Formats: sequence, C-alpha cells, structure tokens
Amino acid sequence: MRGIFSGLAAALLVACSADLPQNTLAPAGENARIISDLFAWIFWWALGVFVVVEALLVYTVIRFRRRSEQALPPQTHGHTQLEIAWTIAPAIVLALIAVPTVQALGQLSEPPSQQPLQVEVIAHQWWWEFHYPELGVVTANELHVPVGTVVTTRLKSADVLHSFWIPRLAGKLDIIPGRTNTMWFNANEAGVYLGQCAELCGLSHALMKFRVIAQSNEEFEGWVRDQKAVPPAPTGPAASGAQLFVSPQKLCATCHTVAGTEAKAQVGPNLTHVGSRTTIAAGVLENTPENMARWLRDPVAVKPGSKMPKLPLSEQDVSALVGYLQSLR
Amino acid sequence: MAVVGGALPRVLPRPTGYTGWWSWLTTVDHKRIGILYGVTSFAFFLLAGIEALVMRLQLATPNNTLVGAGTFNQLFTMHALSMIFLGVMPLSASFFNFIIPLQIGARDVAFPRLNALSYWIFLFGGILLNLGFLTGGAADVGWFAYANLTARAYSPGLGVDFYVLGLLVLGVSSLAAAFNFLVTIMNMRAPGMSLMRMPLFTWMTLVTSLLLVTAFPVITVGLIQLLFDRFYGTNFFAPGAGGDPLLWQHLFWLFGHPEVYILILPAMGIVSEILPTFARKPLFGYPVVVFSGIVIGFMGWGVWAHHMFTVGLGPVANAVFSLTTMIIAIPTGVKIFNWIATLWQGSIRLTAALYFAVGFVALFIIGGLSGVTHASAAADFQQQDTYYIVAHIHYVLFGGSIFGIFAGIYYWYPKITGRLMHEGLGKLHFWLMFIGMNLAFGPMHVAGLQGMPRRIFTYPSGMGWDLWNMMSTIGAFVIALSLLVFLHNAFRSRGTGKLAGNDPWDGRTLEWSIPSPPPLYNFATIPTVKAVDAYWHDKYVATGGEPEDGHHAIHLPQPSYWPFFAALGLALAAGGLAFHPAISVVGLLLMLFAVYSWAFEPVTEG
Repeated sequence: MRGIFSGLAAALLVACSADLPQNTLAPAGENARIISDLFAWIFWWALGVFVVVEALLVYTVIRFRRRSEQALPPQTHGHTQLEIAWTIAPAIVLALIAVPTVQALGQLSEPPSQQPLQVEVIAHQWWWEFHYPELGVVTANELHVPVGTVVTTRLKSADVLHSFWIPRLAGKLDIIPGRTNTMWFNANEAGVYLGQCAELCGLSHALMKFRVIAQSNEEFEGWVRDQKAVPPAPTGPAASGAQLFVSPQKLCATCHTVAGTEAKAQVGPNLTHVGSRTTIAAGVLENTPENMARWLRDPVAVKPGSKMPKLPLSEQDVSALVGYLQSLR
Repeated sequence: MAVVGGALPRVLPRPTGYTGWWSWLTTVDHKRIGILYGVTSFAFFLLAGIEALVMRLQLATPNNTLVGAGTFNQLFTMHALSMIFLGVMPLSASFFNFIIPLQIGARDVAFPRLNALSYWIFLFGGILLNLGFLTGGAADVGWFAYANLTARAYSPGLGVDFYVLGLLVLGVSSLAAAFNFLVTIMNMRAPGMSLMRMPLFTWMTLVTSLLLVTAFPVITVGLIQLLFDRFYGTNFFAPGAGGDPLLWQHLFWLFGHPEVYILILPAMGIVSEILPTFARKPLFGYPVVVFSGIVIGFMGWGVWAHHMFTVGLGPVANAVFSLTTMIIAIPTGVKIFNWIATLWQGSIRLTAALYFAVGFVALFIIGGLSGVTHASAAADFQQQDTYYIVAHIHYVLFGGSIFGIFAGIYYWYPKITGRLMHEGLGKLHFWLMFIGMNLAFGPMHVAGLQGMPRRIFTYPSGMGWDLWNMMSTIGAFVIALSLLVFLHNAFRSRGTGKLAGNDPWDGRTLEWSIPSPPPLYNFATIPTVKAVDAYWHDKYVATGGEPEDGHHAIHLPQPSYWPFFAALGLALAAGGLAFHPAISVVGLLLMLFAVYSWAFEPVTEG
C-alpha cells in the first residue's frame, strides 16, 4: 500500500527529480527511503483532508451568502452526533499515521547490518572532520563509502551545535557538544551526495557543507589505500611549497597536519591528501588551483568568521603553496 | 509638600487629566492602553516586516551579496523575536485591553495601574531588545538562541545580552498583563454572566492568560541561567564543565510550545466572534469550542520535544511526543469544523472582517496539516531545520494569527474609533495579502523538501531552489503592498469613515450595546446577563425585564505617573547590566521609588 502511495508521490510531485542534489523526495539510501515512503503516506492523507475541508469552506461561504436582511437563519447551537463523528474521524486518520511512524522510528534507530562501516564525525565551526577508526583513515569534508554498505556514524562536536544531514541518504541528526549521537545510512547507487550542516552554528553556518561519495568496493579500497599512504617528500616545484608549509612564519603547521612532515597540528582539517578532494573550504569551492589560491589569499572573505586568518603570504608564497597542496593526492 | 506614605515627600502632583498628549503617559484607562499597545505593536510589526523584506531580497537569487552572513543572522533572529514578542503578542494584548472589560460588562480591568505598567514595560523592553542594532550587533543566534552558541565564548558581543535582558523585561510585562486579565475575567463579570455565558474571545483570553502565567516562569529560569553563564561564569549550558546544552532546549521549548498557543488562541477567539456575527447564527458547539481551547491549553504542555526530534532523544521519547502531538491535532481540527458549521445555513454578510476570518480558517487548515506531517518524528528527520518548517510557521502565524488580528481590527475599529473602515479597500487588502502570503510561503514547502536548510544567508545555484526563492520574495513584497493599502485605509477612515453608531454589525456581545467610541466609564448601567451572546439575546430573544437600576456614583481609576516610571526604572536596571553598573543602580532606585509611591497612592483621590 505504501509502495503505491510513494510511487504516486514520485510521479506527481514536481520536486521528485534526482537532479536536485539535496532532494529529500529522491532517496538514494535506505534511511532516506524509509522516511520518504512514510512522508508520501502522510502527505496523501493530508492532501485529501485539505481538499475536502477547503472545498467545504469555500462552498459554505458562497452558498450561504446573505439574501435577505429580514429573515434570521436557523439558530442552530450544535449537533452532538455530528460533533462526535468529526472528532473520531480525524482520530482514525491520525492513528493511521501514528502506526507507521512508530514502525519507522524503530527501523531508523537500528542499523540494518551486523557489520557496518564505522565513521567518527567531529563537527567544527565550519568544517567536518571524518575518521574511519577500523581503517586508520583521517580526512575532512569528503566521506567515501562503498555502495550498499551500511555506515554508522558517531557524531561529536568540537564547539557548538551542528547537524549532520545528507538529504538524499538519511534524515538528519543534531550534534550536541558533550554527547555522542549515532545514526546509520547507506547509498544504494554510486554517486556524489551533498550534505550540509542543518543547525545554526554561527556566521558561516550556510557554508558548512560536505560530500558523500559512494563508490564500488574496488574503488573504495583504492581510496582507502591512497588515504593511508604517506605522501613522499615532494621534488620539483612543489618542494618550495612544502618548505613554506612547515615554516613557522607562514603558520600552516600551527593548525594543520600533513602526514610525513613536521606539521602535526589538529586545529584545522587534515591536509595530507587535500589534493584528492573534489572541494575545499568544506564544500564551498571546487578544488581548483585558482580557488585554492583565492582561499589562501583571504579565507575570511570566503567564509565569514573563519578561524583561519588572513596570513602573511606573498603571491609567490600562494603559488608555491598551491602547487604543493595540489600535489598531495 | 504633602507627605506620601508617611515617609517620602510627594515629588510630582497626582495627574488628573484625561485629555491631551501628556495624558497618554499617565493613563490607566484600559481603552487608551489598548490603543497604545495597538499602535506600538503595529510599528514593531512593520519593523519586523522590513527585516523580512531585506532577507527576502538577499535570498531572491543564489550567491547574492546584498547583506553578509553576520547581518543576515541578526535579521532572522530579530525578525522572529519582534514578530512574536513585539508584534503578535502585544497586538493580541491590545484587543484584550480594549475589548475584555466591554465584553464582560466591566468599567475597567482589575488593576488599572498594573495594566499601564504592562504597556510601558513592553515599550521599553522592545527598545532594549532592539538596542543591539545600535551597539555593534543585535542578537544573531536565532530566536530560540540554542546553547552553547549563546555562550560568551562563541557570542562575545552585546547582542545576546540584549536578548536575555530584553526578554526578561518583556516577561514581566506579559506576566503582569496575564495576572490582570485572569483576575478581571474571574472577578469582574457583570451579574448573570457565568463562565459558560462569556463571549468566546473572553474565554480564549482566559486560557491564554493561564498559559502565560505558567509558561513564562519556565523561560525565565532558562534566561536567568543563561544570564549567569554569560555574566557570572556559571556553567549551566557549558558541556566541558558539567553543563548540558540540551537543558536550554528543554526549558525553552517547555515555554515555547505553550507560547505558540498563546499566539494562536486569541486569534481563534476573534474568529469565533466574527463568524457568528456575520452569519447571524450562534457559534456552532460553543461548549465544545470552549472545551477544546482548554484542552489545547493543557495538552500544549505535553508536546514540547517535538521541536527536538532530531536532537537524539531516542526512538521511545520521539514516539511518545509524536503521539501526543498528533493527539493535540484533534481539538484543533475540531474547531475548524465548528467554524464551518457556524457558517453553514447562515446568512453570511461578506465584510472585510469576515473575509479575514474565513482567510484565517483557510490558511490555518494548511498550517495545521503541515504540522501533522511533522508530528511524525521520523518524517520530521528530513523536515526539521528546513524551509518546510518555515512554511508551516508562517501559515499558522501569518495565515493564522495575523489574519485573525486583522479580522479583529476590521471588526472592532468602529467600536474603537466610532467610524467604519472602507470596505472596498479592506477587501483589496485582503486579496493582496492572501495572494502575497501564499506566494511567499507556499513555495517554501517545496524548497524545504528539496533540502534547503533554514537560517542560511545564501545558497548556490543548481540546487533547484532558485525559482521558489524568487517566488517567495515577490510574495513578500505583495504582502508589503497590501499593508500600505491597510495603512491608508486605517488613517483615512479616522477622519472620513462612515459613522458607525453603537452596533454597525448587529453584534452579539455586550461591547456593541454601548456607544462607539465608548465613554470613559464604558457602561452607564452595568448590564444583567441572561444568556450567552448577551446582547443578541437582549435584542432578539428577551422580552420584558428592565435593566437593573444602578444610579450609583461612577468611580473611575485616576491616571498615574508611577507605572511609567516603574517601567523605565526596570528597563534601566536591566539594560544597565550591559553598559555600566551605575545605570542599573539608578534604574533600580527609580523603580523602587516608583513602586513605593504607587503602593501608597490610592486608586482615586478626592
């Protein structure tokens, strides 16, 4: 029954397109599908009630317009049976909504897998730190997962409230400092799924995004290998950028880690493989040399309130650093 | 100098004037206080509307740069705060003030000076709340100000301080008013007006006052804890030190949910007066409508965590609150059927007031149904914190409360001013506002389902949100246009509107039995009430029976300065905490002096 309803919803609603990257009505994962099926069921009942009641209201106002100033209409005070009936009818509809709601809550609270892939998420103002504890991978703002595999996330905050939301894959869960919330999701098809913080967290709340990239098992394992690899010491043009990166005057190592170098700080995102990411600045800019240079020149202009300040970098410094960072794949 | 209370010299002579500009400062007349509330709150409503228009201009197109993140965050915070605390609530209060004593056959409220105090505290509190705009930044943490973003470490400026202090001060105003109306309604009804013969607007005011009295202390606790965290280094909401940000959310929403019923019940009361009047039939199922209002008041305490479904309370808690939230939809829905049944087989006169009342019902149905879709906690996991919620909020608060308030304005304007508003302009206002509102808030449902979070100052293109946002912006400006039509009508009709007389609508309740505008003393003779819809009963049902002959001397409460000065003192005492302790000390002394003088001042002298 609910399958039919959700099918109808998908057909009729303009908003069903999977071309819309954060469309909750185009689920691409089990968690999001449970919710969207439930929503479709509720929506059709709501639409039905809407049509009937509004039609009744409009009909009444038109049909019973005043025709004569003299005659008073029948001074009806009430009708007990009618009132009982229209109290029970909504109660029945609500019961029809309540039962699948409780069922869905049960399903959503338990990951449908004995061996999910574990990911730790630490939300910061305004970027996402991701750890895969079983695999020894640390990265930021881009989460790779194998297609179909259930992922369980443990959500923590380094500062204020945030909310972890990948609309096409799962309902959101808030991140509360001092607590660890857990949720699960999976992706049914390979692709890139956009996520965004969904709890006001300060100036750049609107710019705190992330991506989930679902890949085949082979591609995922390749990615894990690449992420665990320590980048070799750079030669050629990237070498000058590498030197700048760890030099105390340029301050990069005060906040960032690049494995295999002296930069081991954990204030900002881990940059060991930043060259391999599709975006930078937490999903705000495509990862191109131009954008990276723009970020380095003035992070605060890109992200209001950014904790990464405007640094003492000349244009040459910027080019060298971009060359180095892009080489970290 | 005459000595007051045996200790303090009288500083100012007791004011006696009932006319002129100065008399507005010292008035204790419920009718004038109602007008003060109405004009002041409408001004704040327009300010909040302008804040909305700026936001809509910013969001009309993707990647827009009209205002930056910091400004935008202040705009949505202050828009909501101003609309809720300085717009809808005091607009409702303006009706409580003007109309309740008239509906129950009283000459004024139980505590006239306390009534004036409520108004002046509202005015000063509203200014305090907005002072951040003048001192480097208003509150920018959202109107529900979740901890721990509000900690001094993450919000160092004065903005959040003004949030805390402003709301604490405004809370005093709301509590004072609520106590006043509770006592007035319980104690000062005309003889024969039992509770079940009260007008429905009076009933809803009673329930609202009870909700105010019980809900405001809850947020007061939270605000004081936040005040202490920010000013005195406590850790109620600081996770690292044993506190919990969720504590704020629970306290806030325990207040916040009853608060939304505080926002809607008065409008429901207004609509419950207007539909019977213009349909020339009694309210269908009066006892059930009363009872459902009371039930909503009670049950409103059991649903708060539906604002916290995504916080991680667990499936059991979420399921329980889903169920209680669905259950509360029943008394709400039942009222809608009662309203339609009131119109059914009536003889409906299509006035502007009626249009707004019907518009309320039509739009509240939509807001109520979208509310049912988020009552399901699992469905809400996608909807929470998106524009889908923003859509719901505005259908119930704008389509609901604001349309209800405008219905009340068109309905009671003749009683307040003695003249009728222009009907044609009123209907133009209605259609523009109705179309504008649906254009502004309808598309937000879609944008939300397509994944647009709320409280974002910009968005990229390619998300599928562009069209919906542009439509919303256009709708917002259509609403603004409709308000210009209204303002023109309201001002023009003061001077050239048709004279209304006592009873322009063939009304049902006692306020229509006295002149428009009412004399200072309201009723020359206190009426004796024989049935619900007391005035209708006298006109069409009762035969014989003379009104009680009450030729007593009429005593009216005299104007007073002290409410104004007490309010000013309180506002300075609170606001001074954000600037300089000396200001607080001065404010405190002024407040104490004013309250002391008030306590020894008789209600009437000579």
